[in-house]
Amino acid sequence: MSDFATSLPAGISEVDRTELRRQGILLTSLEEFYNWGRSNSVWPLQFGLACCAIEMIATSMARYDIARFGSEVFRPSPRQADLLIVSGTVTKKMAPQVVRLWNQMPEPKYCIAMGACAISGGPFKQGYNVLKGIDRFIPVDIYIPGCPPRPEALLHGLMALQEKIRGQKLTGPAAPRHLQPDATCDYSIPEFGAHDLEPTKNPTVFQPPVIVRKE
Amino acid sequence: MIASDISPLASRLSSGAHTRAVTDPFHGDLLEVSMGPHHPSTHGVFRMQVTLDGETIVKLKPVFGYLHRNHEKLGESTSYLGSMPYTDRLDYLNSMTNNWAYALAVEQLAGQPVPERAEYLRVILAELTRLLNHTCLAGFLLQDCGCSGTPLMYAFREREKILDLFEALSGSRMMCNFQRFGGCRTDASPEWLAAAKQLTDGYGAFLDEYERLITGNEILMARTQGVGALKPDLAISAGITGPMLRATGVDYDLRKVDGYGFYPRFEFRVPLGDHGDTYDRYMIRVLEMRESIKIIQQAFATLPAGPVMDPKAKLRGFRPKPGEAYGRIEGPRGEIGFYLVSDGTPNPYRYRVRPPSFVNLTLLEDLCLGHTVADAVIILGSIDIVLGEVDR
Repeated sequence: MSDFATSLPAGISEVDRTELRRQGILLTSLEEFYNWGRSNSVWPLQFGLACCAIEMIATSMARYDIARFGSEVFRPSPRQADLLIVSGTVTKKMAPQVVRLWNQMPEPKYCIAMGACAISGGPFKQGYNVLKGIDRFIPVDIYIPGCPPRPEALLHGLMALQEKIRGQKLTGPAAPRHLQPDATCDYSIPEFGAHDLEPTKNPTVFQPPVIVRKE
Repeated sequence: MIASDISPLASRLSSGAHTRAVTDPFHGDLLEVSMGPHHPSTHGVFRMQVTLDGETIVKLKPVFGYLHRNHEKLGESTSYLGSMPYTDRLDYLNSMTNNWAYALAVEQLAGQPVPERAEYLRVILAELTRLLNHTCLAGFLLQDCGCSGTPLMYAFREREKILDLFEALSGSRMMCNFQRFGGCRTDASPEWLAAAKQLTDGYGAFLDEYERLITGNEILMARTQGVGALKPDLAISAGITGPMLRATGVDYDLRKVDGYGFYPRFEFRVPLGDHGDTYDRYMIRVLEMRESIKIIQQAFATLPAGPVMDPKAKLRGFRPKPGEAYGRIEGPRGEIGFYLVSDGTPNPYRYRVRPPSFVNLTLLEDLCLGHTVADAVIILGSIDIVLGEVDR
């Protein structure tokens, strides 16, 4: 609620709003309303890569019921999807197709790296054909650790994403990518080269922190 | 060559004459379609490069490797026990049977005996895995037929119950990592056994319900009967195993042929198909589930007491003598085997997996030729592949 309060016009506090709501008057801002609508209808892309995809399917089934969060509409086409769940190991052969799918998704779009493999390569990191994290090519919003993460963990990741969407601004420098006129939604697609992906990472996306060891 | 038997177009394709004389105005050129690797019904990242004449498939080229995770190469640089979690991720629906096949191979390599109770537990867990896999397959197959939602929901409802058992026993839902060389990691508590028995006893009722909904369904029969029929001689020469082979009428089940574990102690039948088509492949799995229930119930009735781990089994510093071994079991998809070569070091010198769904997939083109695209999706579903195992 703290995010909502900041988006209200000056002079109206959260206490006033609660009082108005008691009288049957709902007071909101455009930003809050827009983000509320978006955050509760995040449609994922129906795209499974490996083991985590089975848990993703399990999440959409009756027991865990992702429909409670408005995300049960798994779209087979990237043109209709808002959320890319990278559910499993991304190999070097598959990485170009994943980036291509991401490019085909219209903004606003979000990415969840589900499981150890999508985050960093996971148990297969030593393999010669495994990409060490999809965040080398795609901006990742939420990381869900686990091998595979339980369906509850995926739901938690989705809720964290919803929270993130609700906190986004409509204007200003903090506005998300899709509201900035000069931001790109086209990311360079790597080639499946002779020895490795070419290039091996997208430097505009992948900026790992440099850890300086203190003496 | 098989193409020419089914479709005269294929011979035209092989001769390179892609353009057709304009005598028939209703025929166009052949169309190449790439189905996958992102396709809602290819069961993972699998690609079929299909050449179509209208809606009919005249050529199909499977493209693998989108999930090649270097399983075998990693196995050579990992200790014997360290490869056990990797086998979970091989066929990620059936981790228990993968574990067993791998443990069997290493036990053969090291000459390691297994206590009686552990063998019983292995049988119970493998048959529970078979129930899980075949249930999911039936759900996914119906999903591929276009019946989206309900059958898969029913299947996953039952799957969750079995996964709860696996989790209670091994601590993990999917990646169980449960078998060890010389037994099982933990013993099953009496409460677990009671819960598993209750589930098994109730599973027949679920199958009855499911079959009442599905098996006699006219649309399912129309979509699957006669689709993707496989001849027994072709299946044998291609090395097909598992339910896909038995659907053609070949009586080959490793549980009977090899008699590994304690399977000879249990009474069960091996269901056989008649036509080898998609419907037979579906029916075989339903019938196998009923046999699995019988096996589990017999195992519960005769489960002996005792340790589940051989006390002399070596977990740390495990170095089998130089030699080679091949351990295989009848997994839910077919013969899953592990071939290991030891050179006396803690890591295997060669580590090779014989994946059933990869071998079964090799006949995809022969099954799909002459059928429509929609049928190819069902045929692929009935082969029952898991890409983690196909590409490794």
